[in-house]
Amino acid sequence: MIVRAARRAIFIGLVAGIAAWHLSLVGLIPAFAQRRLVGDTLTFSYALLIALLALAAFATGRRYPGAAQRIPWGILSALVSSLMLFLLALLVTHLNLRQILLNATPELARVLTFGGGASGAGLVRLLLIGLLAGLFAGGLSALPRPWGRVIVSAALMTLLLGLLRDVLGPLLPQVVTSFLYGTAGLSLAGAVVTFLLAAVLFTLRWSLRANAVTARATAAVPATVRQPVIQALLLLILASVPLWAGLFLSNVADFVGFYILMGLGLNLVLGFAGLLDLGYVAFFAVGAYTMAVLTSPEVGQRFTLDFWVALPIAVVTTVLAGLLVGLPVLRMRGDYLAIATLGFGEIVRLLVLSDWLKPYLGGAQGVTRIARPSIASWRIDSPQEFYLLVLISCLFAWFLSVRLRDSRLGRSWFAIREDEHVAQAMGINRVTVKLSAFAIGASFGGLSGALFASLVGSVVPASFSLLVSINVVALLVLGGMGSLPGVVVGALALVGLPELLREFQEYRLLVYGIVLIAMMLFRPAGLLPERIHRRELEEAVEEAREIAPAEIATGRG
Amino acid sequence: MTIAAPRRFTGGRRIDISQLIVWAIGGILLAIVLLGSILTLRAGHYTAAQWRDFVVFGIAQGAIYALIALGYTMVYGVLRMINFAHGEVFMSGAMTTFFLADYLNRSGFLKAHPWISLVAMLLFSGLVSMTVAVLVERIAYRPLRGAPRLVPLITAVGASFFLQYTFRGLFGSGVRAYPAIPVLQGKLWVFQKTQVAVFIGVLITLALLVLFLQRTRAGLAIRAVAEDREAAALMGVDVDRAIVTTFAVGGFMAGIAGVLYALVFVQVQFFMGFLPGIKAFTAAVLGGIGNLPGAAVGGLVLGVIESIGPSLFFDGYGIRAAHQLKDVIAFTILVLILIFRPTGLLGERLGGEERV
Repeated sequence: MIVRAARRAIFIGLVAGIAAWHLSLVGLIPAFAQRRLVGDTLTFSYALLIALLALAAFATGRRYPGAAQRIPWGILSALVSSLMLFLLALLVTHLNLRQILLNATPELARVLTFGGGASGAGLVRLLLIGLLAGLFAGGLSALPRPWGRVIVSAALMTLLLGLLRDVLGPLLPQVVTSFLYGTAGLSLAGAVVTFLLAAVLFTLRWSLRANAVTARATAAVPATVRQPVIQALLLLILASVPLWAGLFLSNVADFVGFYILMGLGLNLVLGFAGLLDLGYVAFFAVGAYTMAVLTSPEVGQRFTLDFWVALPIAVVTTVLAGLLVGLPVLRMRGDYLAIATLGFGEIVRLLVLSDWLKPYLGGAQGVTRIARPSIASWRIDSPQEFYLLVLISCLFAWFLSVRLRDSRLGRSWFAIREDEHVAQAMGINRVTVKLSAFAIGASFGGLSGALFASLVGSVVPASFSLLVSINVVALLVLGGMGSLPGVVVGALALVGLPELLREFQEYRLLVYGIVLIAMMLFRPAGLLPERIHRRELEEAVEEAREIAPAEIATGRG
Repeated sequence: MTIAAPRRFTGGRRIDISQLIVWAIGGILLAIVLLGSILTLRAGHYTAAQWRDFVVFGIAQGAIYALIALGYTMVYGVLRMINFAHGEVFMSGAMTTFFLADYLNRSGFLKAHPWISLVAMLLFSGLVSMTVAVLVERIAYRPLRGAPRLVPLITAVGASFFLQYTFRGLFGSGVRAYPAIPVLQGKLWVFQKTQVAVFIGVLITLALLVLFLQRTRAGLAIRAVAEDREAAALMGVDVDRAIVTTFAVGGFMAGIAGVLYALVFVQVQFFMGFLPGIKAFTAAVLGGIGNLPGAAVGGLVLGVIESIGPSLFFDGYGIRAAHQLKDVIAFTILVLILIFRPTGLLGERLGGEERV
């Protein structure tokens, strides 16, 4: 028994260690060595390493019933991981691997040992940190459920606040900023206060939710009044962004908006109708290029239409493109559909890039001098002003999505998603239902593309690579396919956050890959699951539980 | 044992408008291609020797696609899923082996014993790709077997990007050039010597694959699982093991294809797996997915079309820089074959299980 438990703890420790090796050698961990979160010592790199150690301890401890077992095995796991870190530091210091592995630098060894270096001092430091992380995570897993969650959430909140110092610092009142933040990252006192505040908030939220059933019945304000009030407040906050956000932040907000629009569009196709479209960027490109060709004096027939005239044309063109893509792929099954749409996306990009169409679409250099919108004498020029346009578009798309979801068409999409054949047998016309998903979904992408082209003022083929499609799929998966709030959360996390952290840019796609796999493995319904989908998944789990004993009986596991 | 193909719910013989439009688009494309070919041939810009060179290059390229396509087709055969990350499996072997090749070159071993070096490179690359393929199966696919179809597809896309950017992070984003192998320089009759090496390499690998599948117990297990997974399990075949073997064999061949690719195209980089991956998939579908000879034929056909296509189809129209449209041709073939003949040229070889 003990041998088995020890073996398991060591195994999990080794796995976490290998993950740390991977992140280190890929360069993610050393990249954040200068990003201080709390005080002068806790950098983002260290936070990542500690998180890995704690995760190992937590994953090990979780398997045991009581604290007496959880904590020691958790610590063993974390210690094994720290040893792995030390081993990598040793290797990096004493072997010259830089010829092959770019990131195997002495700097990496220093980061891995928390500044101690690949020596006895470093080893002691690492083991100590492993011990503490193990103790912390083991203890956490031993606490009653909500408490562990509150502590972890509060800690994450604190780290996030530290991470966003450069962004939040200028926005907050001077007094708050100078108290919260030091020369880099949170000050120590600021960190403690943030943590405590966040802990109180999360506790409150949790206890509110626990009493939600009784609260709902006795609430002084009925939900029909409360909800519009909350919505109005939210809207007010959203609309006020240009007032307090600077140029940079508005720009980021605009880009998040473009991705929310695309996310909402793909959500109709992938989330509602269950059709994986890996060429969604094609619609973004069609929207952007229609806007470019119609308003820029550089290419094609040298039209110089007004933005407001070009915008509806761009959207209509994308709807047609959606139909054009949708028609041939109507009969395809899941994986073929994904590849065929990917093919369409690439064909669009390659055609735009080619010299053949250069006179019309600008070739590799793209098109510049795209029109900006203006209303009467007000020229919408800066990202701050543009934000309002993006916000209105997103709200419109959101409203449309909600209405569609609750409409007959939306129900038909769900039916197709669950089982195409049964849906057809129930009298759903597959052709019109699928085509409408493609067309309406495409129109959101086209709108996004047209706005993007106008804001940036130029389009180049490089902006329309496969990576955009993957980005949109990843944000849907993170938020939860089919869930509308999930789209917003996904876009904020996968588009907004990387824009704010410049070191992160290079590792964006690596992280998308990890997100796609990890979400499917551990939380397939996403962070904010859609109601219907969640219910189905729960049913599936129930069924699996009923089947499982039978499988064990036949000896297959 | 051929049963009438299960009729799908496509509305029987009735033809709806959407289908008519699709056929019309197909017809127009065919007309464009035919007219272009006739115009090009009448204009006579290219000599016979040039066409021959195009075809030879196309066959070499196609042979590499075929090798990668076998990995797609085998995995599809046993799991009914597209291993989206297979292109990256191919890349991982080629990228890693660059360092071995570079080392051999600098130590002078490559010049002294070119054949031993070449075999060592092929084996090394095969082993690296095999490891990557098995890890991908273990981490991204196996825990999700039995989940809805969309789920492993998404993890596959994730695995693909994870691998690409892992290799970019490890080795950098620059382009690396394989060292030239002196014995493979120059021409042998009309062929480049590297092309001959590619043909021979592909033929040997294919022969070994056939031997493996037909003559070993592991090969038998793979075939049994491809035929009917549940029945195979009931007969005592270790299904998990057969699936891992499939990934391992497919990965090994992708690794070999990686080195052969580097012999012909010289340069490797982290993004190199994407296009060959998609094209090999196209080849697999072209030949009929799940069908091993089909993958080989599909690879060759695709390679040749891609090589002669831009000149043959587009030159007649006087399109500038027609070679830029090479990949457009490949992707168009992909889309067309998926639309008009998803069972491929030689037909799908799947077990009795009904396709959905």
